[in-house]
Amino acid sequence: MEILDEITGKDYEFGFTTNIESDKIPAGLNEGVIRLISQKKNEPQWLLDWRLDAFKIWQTMQEPEWAHVQYTKPDFQAISYYAAPKSKPKINSLDDLDPEMRKTMDKLGISLDEQKRLNGIAVDFVMDSVSVATSFKEKLGELGIIFCSISEAIQNHGELVQKYLGTVVPKKDNFYAALNSAVFTDGSFCYIPKGVKCPMELSTYFRINEGGTGQFERTLVIADEESYVSYLEGCTAPQRDENQLHAAVVELIALERAEIKYSTVQNWYPGDKEGKGGVFNFVTKRGLCDGYKSKISWTQVETGSAVTWKYPSCVLKGDYSVGEFYSVAVTNHFQQADTGTKMIHIGRNSHSTIISKGISAGKSNNSYRGLVQINPSAQNARNFSQCDSLLMTDQCGAHTFPYIEVNNSTAQVEHEATTSKIGEDQIFYCLQRGLDEEQAISMIVNGYAKEVLNKLPMEFAVEAQKLLAISLEGSVG
Amino acid sequence: MMKIENLKASIDGKEILRGLNLEVKPGEVHAIMGPNGSGKSTLASVLAGREDYEVTDGTVTFNGQSLLDMDPEIRAREGLFLAFQYPVEIPGVSNMNFLKAAVGEMRKHRGQDPLTAKEFLALVKEKSALVELDGQLANRAVNEGFSGGEKKRNEVFQMAMLEPTLAILDETDSGLDIDALRIVAQGVNAMRSPERSFVVITHYQRLLDYIVPDVVHVLYKGQIVKTGPKELALELEEKGYDWIKETVA
Ligand SMILES: Nc1ncnc2c1ncn2[C@@H]1O[C@H](COP(=O)(O)OP(=O)(O)OP(=O)(O)O)[C@@H](O)[C@H]1O
Ligand SMILES: [Mg+2]
Repeated sequence: MEILDEITGKDYEFGFTTNIESDKIPAGLNEGVIRLISQKKNEPQWLLDWRLDAFKIWQTMQEPEWAHVQYTKPDFQAISYYAAPKSKPKINSLDDLDPEMRKTMDKLGISLDEQKRLNGIAVDFVMDSVSVATSFKEKLGELGIIFCSISEAIQNHGELVQKYLGTVVPKKDNFYAALNSAVFTDGSFCYIPKGVKCPMELSTYFRINEGGTGQFERTLVIADEESYVSYLEGCTAPQRDENQLHAAVVELIALERAEIKYSTVQNWYPGDKEGKGGVFNFVTKRGLCDGYKSKISWTQVETGSAVTWKYPSCVLKGDYSVGEFYSVAVTNHFQQADTGTKMIHIGRNSHSTIISKGISAGKSNNSYRGLVQINPSAQNARNFSQCDSLLMTDQCGAHTFPYIEVNNSTAQVEHEATTSKIGEDQIFYCLQRGLDEEQAISMIVNGYAKEVLNKLPMEFAVEAQKLLAISLEGSVG
Repeated sequence: MMKIENLKASIDGKEILRGLNLEVKPGEVHAIMGPNGSGKSTLASVLAGREDYEVTDGTVTFNGQSLLDMDPEIRAREGLFLAFQYPVEIPGVSNMNFLKAAVGEMRKHRGQDPLTAKEFLALVKEKSALVELDGQLANRAVNEGFSGGEKKRNEVFQMAMLEPTLAILDETDSGLDIDALRIVAQGVNAMRSPERSFVVITHYQRLLDYIVPDVVHVLYKGQIVKTGPKELALELEEKGYDWIKETVA
């Protein structure tokens, strides 16, 4: 222990010269920075070693270039990798907020109190959501469900974190996963004990320790045998962030007969109408169906970010395991999205379903990239994929890259794809029935995406519908 | 109700309506007949506000206002309804939600309170009975996978729901079987009132046996070239259009 202290201390000495008291460490990435992050978070040695190992791996890797997106590569030495939560910019009243953002929130029907909460403005009276969150925590505690930030979990449930962290998305998985493993500072942790059906939707939104989502978020969800959980990530309110690069890692583990339903609404700042600014969202999300009859469903509504690179995937290891992917991805103006899924069939009789609905508007580019891989052991595996693209203008693009690898002759794989342009006839039909153009587009687009929206939990679905409409305002041409 | 004067409209530089005049008074039913391609659907589209057409001349007053100055959805809310010759499908959007939104807009425009869910359902029940629309169809996506006849019936159902003051029916009879034709016509007749007018575009006298018009017009090369009583339809059925084309030429 003493030796370790000495070593950490030493590196620290020469690699690094910051006042520990400050909230933000200077830009740049090296071993010293990683040690500092780990130290500031008071982490156990195993995690520091793990991070350092990830950093070594990352240094040997190249930023991937295969995705159908174009962007200026981030300068990793220009990013500050640790900032204490309290450094989140303080806003004192809603009047200080970007009027565009407020307009959107109003349209989404988000109440004033809720808007304040989302923007970290103190509210003087007890708000519904806060009291809900408190009773919520008590209830979860009674059932033995652990739902907290990953930092808390590292302190209080270290053995669980150590057992599962990096087992689904290994450090060396890809460039951004390696980077995340080295420097993650925030994220969520969830453990559902054996046989427990979580009675409510778990949402990051209700996690009380908030303080802003990190740039390198790390999420770990474990559903023990015969348990069930529905997890919601993100919210429909527009989210602005000064950090241009977001590289999250989400790992899900479903043991025997367990089910995880993971729903995401992603609405990061997409950049302005000229394509300036906006978040780069490079996420690695993967679920492991580890046990017999385990099931993982990914449902996502993606409307934000300037560049999105994201493939929530399932490794179907258990026999009779089930993987599902339901996605609506909207791109407008100059947004670029390369998203899809991977279904890796290992277990016998494993089944997967992929429904992807891309919507492109403006001058944007929307790509679906999907891999269905049937391994030799996956006797009787089944996959059904349907990838539809809807074009709102003549200048936008939709691309489909399906990769299918079948290594077992008993497998059945079906793939369907369509591309259509939003019909002026459809819009005119709606106008003739008294709906305005916004309503018309909203109806048509929501109808198109219905199969996916239906998979969202109720409270999310309604907001997601509005969100789609807002993202596509004035987009027909 | 509606007065069209010297209406000229073109598409892609091609003039389709070439100085058309027509006046429809409250409570009247006008039939418009004419050869294929003469501009009947174009007239309907221009009145409904389709942007593809460029109006180059003329005026249309609708209930005292200039129709051509209104956006299409405002025309609809002001009481203009078009039953399309080719109703479009809107996949994934239930007929119910669609109509609920449409009825809501109409009521808002008229300063009426929105209907409660219960009132809305009662209205659906009443109006779908009027055209004997299968309850199943009401719950399906708008026109998706409907047969040709079902789509037409759905148009009349929507008309009944929206209670327009002027309804233009563009070949609503085509594709209907004999029973459906009678049922649809009955639906229209049930809606006839001193305040509501109809413009019925058709190729067949048969429909006019059921929906008896006050006036019959012949549209040819973008103009109304002949107007007469309901018997004109019989005469057209018998003699075709050649004799009229000759008089125009
Ligand atoms: N987009 C277009 N470009 C060029 N010409 C067009 C276009 N749309 C319609 N037309 C032409 O306008 C003319 C009138 O068409 P319209 O559909 O109004 O005829 P109609 O009287 O309704 O015929 P029908 O009895 O067959 O329904 C036709 O010659 C048609 O080809
Ligand atoms: Mg026609």
